[in-house]
Amino acid sequence: METKNVMIVGVGGQGSLLASKLLGRLLLDEGLDVKVSEVHGMSQRGGSVVTYVRYGDKVYSPVIDKGEADYIVSFELLEAARWMEYLKPGGQIVTNIQQIDPMPVITGAQQYPEDLVEKMKAAGVKVDAIDCLELARQAGSAKAVNIVLMGRLSHYFDMPEDSWYKAMEAIVPAKFLEMNKKAFGLGKDA
Amino acid sequence: MKELMLGNKAFARGLYEAGCCFVSSYPGTPSTEVTEEAAKYDEIYCEWAPNEKVAMEAVFGASLAGKRAFCGMKHVGLNVAADPLYTMSYTGVNGGVVICVADDPGMHSSQNEQDSRHHAIASKVPMLEPSDSAEALEYAKLAFKLSEDYDTPVIMKMCTRVAHSQSVVETSERVVPADKPYEKNIPKYVMMPGNAIRRHPFVEERTEKLREWSETSGINRVEMGGTDMGIITSSTSYQYVKEVFGDKVSVLKLGMVNPLPVKLIKDFAAKVAELYVVEELDPIIEDHVKALGIKVSGKDKLTLLGEFSQNMIREAFGEEAKKGTKLEDQIPMRPPVMCAGCPHRGLFYTLNKNKCTVMGDIGCYTLGAVAPLSAIDMTLCMGASISAIHGYNKAGGEENASKTVAVIGDSTFMHSGMTGLANVAYNQSDSTIIILDNSITGMTGHQQNPTTGYNIKGDPAGKIDLEALCRAMGFNRVRVVDPYDLKACDQAVKEELAAKEPSVIISRRPCALLKYVKHKAPLSVNADKCVGCKSCMKIGCPAVSIKNGKAAIDNTLCVGCGVCSQLCPVGAFEEGEA
Repeated sequence: METKNVMIVGVGGQGSLLASKLLGRLLLDEGLDVKVSEVHGMSQRGGSVVTYVRYGDKVYSPVIDKGEADYIVSFELLEAARWMEYLKPGGQIVTNIQQIDPMPVITGAQQYPEDLVEKMKAAGVKVDAIDCLELARQAGSAKAVNIVLMGRLSHYFDMPEDSWYKAMEAIVPAKFLEMNKKAFGLGKDA
Repeated sequence: MKELMLGNKAFARGLYEAGCCFVSSYPGTPSTEVTEEAAKYDEIYCEWAPNEKVAMEAVFGASLAGKRAFCGMKHVGLNVAADPLYTMSYTGVNGGVVICVADDPGMHSSQNEQDSRHHAIASKVPMLEPSDSAEALEYAKLAFKLSEDYDTPVIMKMCTRVAHSQSVVETSERVVPADKPYEKNIPKYVMMPGNAIRRHPFVEERTEKLREWSETSGINRVEMGGTDMGIITSSTSYQYVKEVFGDKVSVLKLGMVNPLPVKLIKDFAAKVAELYVVEELDPIIEDHVKALGIKVSGKDKLTLLGEFSQNMIREAFGEEAKKGTKLEDQIPMRPPVMCAGCPHRGLFYTLNKNKCTVMGDIGCYTLGAVAPLSAIDMTLCMGASISAIHGYNKAGGEENASKTVAVIGDSTFMHSGMTGLANVAYNQSDSTIIILDNSITGMTGHQQNPTTGYNIKGDPAGKIDLEALCRAMGFNRVRVVDPYDLKACDQAVKEELAAKEPSVIISRRPCALLKYVKHKAPLSVNADKCVGCKSCMKIGCPAVSIKNGKAAIDNTLCVGCGVCSQLCPVGAFEEGEA
């Protein structure tokens, strides 16, 4: 199969690591070649962070460039808008509607743009925006936003739910498994 | 078994499988995880050394003792360790020595983007360069073999995209080679002039032998495709080239970037119509090819700056770059910031308020330079804050000394701050040095250091007492403040700046992200009391903002540190959520 590209974007500290781990595991179990790339260090301190997940028969580059992403999964609305340019024509954005003000907005130097979901849609991009924080809390933990997002992404993936659960069992500690499965389901059916 | 593995973890797996017994490193992005992952194997002794030079010298000692040994560092760390490296090139090794140096093109987490290949060339030490996790594992094992076969340390050069990308690897069992008992060998290991003169020809011969090996060993491989274009490349650049061109062009993929092959390159050049080099940062392969008298193109098409990507390769070679859709709105930048509850914040607020000139250093606290704190005037390299304040105050006299401080983290102080402090104590400048003791190496993701009392495995270890150390060096004025206490910070800074002798302030509170740190409940704002004066906005806390003219707290971020409430003139911040 041709290489597919998923970008996971958000704000440093939001927990994208578990999401990319789950996705990587799932795709490897499907027998595909997989590359997952991220940047550690300074940018993690509340900065804009991105993880690239690429899969197919043979994957070369570890990164995704502008106009190449099949999916952008975003933990935060402004980050979805920031990285939108990386989506390929016809690609899909799956985003949490949570807004976290960046420092230039906090200091008043810049404004947080309004109506981002509508603007992205008006630009011709497919956007699926859901309140992941609320769903994560319903599942039992605000930290499960990452799994809610993965649940929502699974809605667009042609892969049986069992494969996702199998991957989840491999990477999530047993005591959190039920809560995460619930979060996944809430995201999927949102 | 097939696994998806981070490049750095695969490197560590290679160390394990090669029978490596001793690891000493200093953390530095993007190299840190090699050592952290190696420390998970009980069979390998691992430690964090105070700095890269100490680590490499410890590794030399372990090699003398007959064990396979490793040290890891980032590109700028190799500058610190250059001294032992350049002469270890002459002594060679007993047990194999492998050194990881991880470059950071694009400077995701670094103060420069130097190209470490220059160090390999200058020190005449072989350098391997993997392009993915599987090669990181394979080359780590090969590097030990080369080290022992050719009597040399071997450098493995990683870069951010290889170090911090996961790709598929297959693991195998650990094989420990027989120990090589230490044998006294003064002409080989004692590098005084008479002996070093005799070792230098050995180094030059070794390089030629390694070049011979590189011609035919398969570490550099030709992938023939279309012959209109031939591209010589290595590391992650190889991946971008293959991504864009697949088999449409022929590729000479280099796994060893020092020494570079000659015959292989000449043969490859003869098979293709046009020859190109695709390499990040400096034109090292390109200059080598040009020196062979071969027509080649590279940096005339591609930049010396930053990282490459597939679109950059597309555009450089006349193909259309992929494009997406952009919003018309200005998207505000989201630069990294000090975390909510970061103990550095209160201290930097104090320095800003007192209009101090601040000599900075390397760590999370470099973010103290960002608005609105804007408190740092200089950041150069590890340890430079203390050395530089001494020069600044000696050269500028009382005028400078009365308003200048140096700030340095606990780990950076151990790394290379102590020698600068010795200079202040010895040559007596009226300098005020602030050690930001957050009880961990923060920026690289929480590594222990000699002041924390724990070792790399989290077990109790020796603990250096900072106060006692400073006093022993001759400082009479050593005091400790809690950076959450703004009044105490202000008093300490004012008094030590006024003192006519060198002084040390230890600003002590553990990093807010440490698991053992217990936080208070998020604060809340009493909107009836808040007058919207924005005093609380002077600290640049990501948890505090102004909404509809009043202060607001993001309760998913706030850890209740209370620094903002100390700035509020009307007591609008209240404990506990609203």
